[in-house]
Amino acid sequence: MGAMIEIENLQKRFGAITAVDGVSFTVERGTVLGFLGPNGAGKSTTMKMLTGFLPPTGGTARIGGHDITTDGLAAKQLVGYLPEGAPLYPDMTPEAFLYFIAEIRGLSGAKAKARVAEVAEKVSLQKVMRQPIETLSKGFKRRVGLAQAILHDPQVLVLDEPTDGLDPNQKKEVRALIRSMQQDKVIILSTHILEEVEALCSRVIIIAGGRIVIDCAPGDLAAKSRWHNAVRLELATSEAQRVRGVLAEQYGAEHVETLASETSGTSLLVTTRDRRPILAEISQRAQKDQWKLDGLHVEHGRLDEVFHELTRVGTRI
Amino acid sequence: MRNTIVLFKRELAGYFATPVAYVFICIFLLLCGILTFYMGGFFEGGQATLGPAFFEFHPILYIVLIPAISMRLWAEERKQGTIELLMTLPVTLPQLVLSKFLAAWVFAGIALGLTFPLWLTVNYLGDPDNGVILASYVASWLMAGGYLAMGACISAVTKNQVIAFVLAVIVCLLFLIPGLPQVQEVLAGVLPGETLVDAVKSFSFMTHFGSIARGVIDLRDLVFFASVIGVFLFLNAIVIELKKAD
Repeated sequence: MGAMIEIENLQKRFGAITAVDGVSFTVERGTVLGFLGPNGAGKSTTMKMLTGFLPPTGGTARIGGHDITTDGLAAKQLVGYLPEGAPLYPDMTPEAFLYFIAEIRGLSGAKAKARVAEVAEKVSLQKVMRQPIETLSKGFKRRVGLAQAILHDPQVLVLDEPTDGLDPNQKKEVRALIRSMQQDKVIILSTHILEEVEALCSRVIIIAGGRIVIDCAPGDLAAKSRWHNAVRLELATSEAQRVRGVLAEQYGAEHVETLASETSGTSLLVTTRDRRPILAEISQRAQKDQWKLDGLHVEHGRLDEVFHELTRVGTRI
Repeated sequence: MRNTIVLFKRELAGYFATPVAYVFICIFLLLCGILTFYMGGFFEGGQATLGPAFFEFHPILYIVLIPAISMRLWAEERKQGTIELLMTLPVTLPQLVLSKFLAAWVFAGIALGLTFPLWLTVNYLGDPDNGVILASYVASWLMAGGYLAMGACISAVTKNQVIAFVLAVIVCLLFLIPGLPQVQEVLAGVLPGETLVDAVKSFSFMTHFGSIARGVIDLRDLVFFASVIGVFLFLNAIVIELKKAD
């Protein structure tokens, strides 16, 4: 069986502006794909094409084997979509709205009612089912949007910034929901929040200027950071001079940085060109020379720094 | 078909979910009453008929009231962003266009139907030709459909309901004016030849509404309204396709 989603050289131009410029990738079942990129990078446009809202200018995509340009209706049936900002009909109640979605998705009568109740329970909407949507809090609105997207138990779930604008508790809830749904599905979610990618995704694609700049596992993304496997030492300022000298001799002066410390002492950051693990070496040396250290930490790499590098330069690594 | 019905039901229920529908119906009935009894001289006319006092005002009444129904059809969807939700559901564009139009048309029909006390009144006071009254109701509803199709199409052009309303009033006026007797006179003076004047006149809602309302259901008049509705719904679909992402 082929991949659930196959995207081939997808392009979208709005007049003179090229929003998406030849994006290709495939996604297998069971994948939670994080779609990252600065605003205007083409994330939303790609998602809008995938879900059938916008027709591509060039290229195509297949969802479960159905081509979005020639067999759009069949493709749409496999997809649940939460558009950016989770637009909803403010005058409707969640109950009426979800029942409407159920009917459009081919359920009716008792079956539709049962499914609406099931989904409402899953996203904890039971208490507000009969209030107009416009009176609900942002968190509840987002849950209505999610409920709408998962109502027909779709094989592909496309979520455009599902946690944007929510408070930390609500973000946590939405993430837990997404995590609970990931089995046997393809979930594609876009976000600005890097920690979300680490927490949720099994794969990450960063897009900038309408092109894919990197496609890897979230763990590998951190490895691209020049701080990956770097070692941070915290020590008294009096001690720092001596230690700095020793480290500079071994790793090169340009690889030893003095950081502004959070405590009263000094922090030194040691990096290597090939980002190899150096904690053991340093810790041995520290014991041998009897450095008076307040702390010794390994850095895993900073996603925000990698993100910034990748999307600023806009070139492939 | 099933999808169209589901969408239609949601649309129609949408009118009654807020006070808008009730306010609209009240204003419509109020204006109908005022026009009929004060302007139309219903009692003074001394005739058991609805034509001159009631139906004659409909073409002008609809110029303002029908755009009030149609202005939100697509403008609201685009403004709220719900159009994205709607168009990524497994439904086709023709289903969407048709269901929205039909819901609005049925709503207009409900408002029109609620003027039935007037019909009861003429029947109580005298012995009117109920066939003509029925034909007039049909003509009025068809005309409302024509205006609604135009309004729906214009509502797709903008996200702003006020702009949609004003533009729709203007376009509706353009389809009314050529039929007014005063305009006819001017046209007769300006345009060379009868045929041209008649051609312009045949584009007016007034002309076709008038002939059905007299009780003569002519196929040409029905075809006229059906074509207006068809053409504008087709344009509506094209406009949506072009403007949905803006």
